[in-house]
Amino acid sequence: MAEVSVENVTKTFGATKALDSVSMDFPNGGFFALLGPSGSGKTTLLRVIAGFILADNGHIRIGGEPVERVPVERRDIGMMFQNYALFPNMTVADNVGFGLRVRKVGAAEEKRRIAEALELVQMGSLRDRKPHELSGGQRQRVALARAFVTNPRVLLLDEPLSALDKALRVDMQIELKRIQREIGITTIFVTHDQEEALTLSDKIGILRNGRMVQAGAPRDVYNAPDSVFIAEFLGDANIFSGQVEGGALRIAGGRAIRIPKGAEGANTFAIRSEDMAISLEEPTGDDTDRIRADLVQRVFAGAMATCIVEVEGRRMKIVARERDLPALPDEGPVWLSWETDRLKPVKDE
Amino acid sequence: MAKAWTRDGLRATALLSPAYLWLTAAVFLPLSAMLYYSLLSDVPFGDAEWRITLDNYRAFFETGTYAALLWKSIRLGLTVTVVCILIGFPCAYVLAKTIRGRSREALFLLIILPFWSNSLVRIFSWAIVLRGNGVLELAVNAVLPFDIRLNLMFTQTAVVIGLVHSYLPYVILTTYLALQAIDDTLIDAARSMGAGKLTILRRLILPLSLPGLLAGAVLVFVPVVGAFMEPRILGGRFGTYYGTVIEDQFVAVFNWPLGAALSFILLAVVLLILALSSPILRRAPA
Repeated sequence: MAEVSVENVTKTFGATKALDSVSMDFPNGGFFALLGPSGSGKTTLLRVIAGFILADNGHIRIGGEPVERVPVERRDIGMMFQNYALFPNMTVADNVGFGLRVRKVGAAEEKRRIAEALELVQMGSLRDRKPHELSGGQRQRVALARAFVTNPRVLLLDEPLSALDKALRVDMQIELKRIQREIGITTIFVTHDQEEALTLSDKIGILRNGRMVQAGAPRDVYNAPDSVFIAEFLGDANIFSGQVEGGALRIAGGRAIRIPKGAEGANTFAIRSEDMAISLEEPTGDDTDRIRADLVQRVFAGAMATCIVEVEGRRMKIVARERDLPALPDEGPVWLSWETDRLKPVKDE
Repeated sequence: MAKAWTRDGLRATALLSPAYLWLTAAVFLPLSAMLYYSLLSDVPFGDAEWRITLDNYRAFFETGTYAALLWKSIRLGLTVTVVCILIGFPCAYVLAKTIRGRSREALFLLIILPFWSNSLVRIFSWAIVLRGNGVLELAVNAVLPFDIRLNLMFTQTAVVIGLVHSYLPYVILTTYLALQAIDDTLIDAARSMGAGKLTILRRLILPLSLPGLLAGAVLVFVPVVGAFMEPRILGGRFGTYYGTVIEDQFVAVFNWPLGAALSFILLAVVLLILALSSPILRRAPA
């Protein structure tokens, strides 16, 4: 167990910059997510930390020790692969024991730790099966046990849950978090599923085009996104942009929107889809701002509903509890309202 | 149900019958004819007297000569197989895991080339290379500061070299396919757990490519045990093997019954060896 730090790491493949001066700290014992769309460099960053890819420059430290020139096999990491990469010629127990055998821990110790690890992932009864006799969820558990059984300094998970179906994925999220808490190992995982990142991690790093665009606690990043990209990538958000004139934002169509105090310098604002209300009558109240819109579509999704509206030709999305929605027609003129301080200034990128 | 079964049965018979007809014509009939010959006392041509006998099989056991030659051929088969694996496995590994793109295709072409050249031409080319004052000796002496005599012609080594050259592609191709099927992330996973190259080779690559390696070994071993052309041309005085003796019976001595009997004994021994090694073949992971 150790903290990991990545400092100004750059990696180019031919003409493309897969990682562009990326920095992020991963304190000891935490659970961290690297999130981003495909091609953002998140897997490259994980593989650089693991040592499969050597960075062009920058520093990587595990437990304070620089490891840029240390090969994978001597970095003392545990890694779980997207396809699990279980050894098909070995039983569950031999798969889990592989790293212990390499470290020559002795037969008795090896046996004890295999049993312990399999117990922790609830696979003790299937220790003599071959990988092809296991279900997807079981393979995932074995791969996880195999990754942490050696007590590595850091656990790296590459899209750990993406191969599972939705119901199993939610179960495994809870399971993964429990196991991580129990062994208390610094864990970094890569995902393109924003919900997974928000649910599991203590800290999220969001990558885009090889750059780390924002890092922080999930709640902070969600509530105060830095940029339009993050606001729209993490959850649903609507964007207002225009010219600031006398403490108000003049958006397309000439309408003015009040902007929150202390954010007078910005000209682009994001607001969470669930922070906007939709109504037929014009809402009242001093601290709420309102605007006319056209309802285009109303999508029922059980407990929640999504309304697509158009404001001056620009599409916006409102998410609300189905029961809170007034008896709206399927389309037609509506009012949108929100509390002014819900608007967050963001960079227009 | 019964009707459907009959229709399926008919269809299966119709679809499979060409294959079975071909097997019957190409394998079963000639083999039966040879089996029949092996039980005759003389070639049933012209006015020769002949009867059914087991004498030809008895001949194998009466003198130790045939058994000794068979053992020599089996040893040759093992040697050639081992050399083919020692050369072929690294070649296949490099092809499957290191080289990418067009150069791989070019190398494949070079490997398969022996298959496309006439075997006699190939063997006589080796004779030119291996003989005293031949290409090999001249080349070696051109490099070395002192003179050495290098006459490999008419030795066991020459036979092994010729056979390895002929059969190496089998091992490379079958092993290549097995290695190609090994997911690279398995190797990554092993490295992440701290395994060095040797451990990965011993505990992952070898076990996982074993089916291909064994298939290649069988494809080499079986024909080499009965080989006669390479031993005859490259082996000279040392080139008497079980295969050449069988060839003699058919071509020179005109004792087809004995040749046929010796062939069937070879077939039996090879099948026995394969049967004995089949537990290993089957244990290999799919």
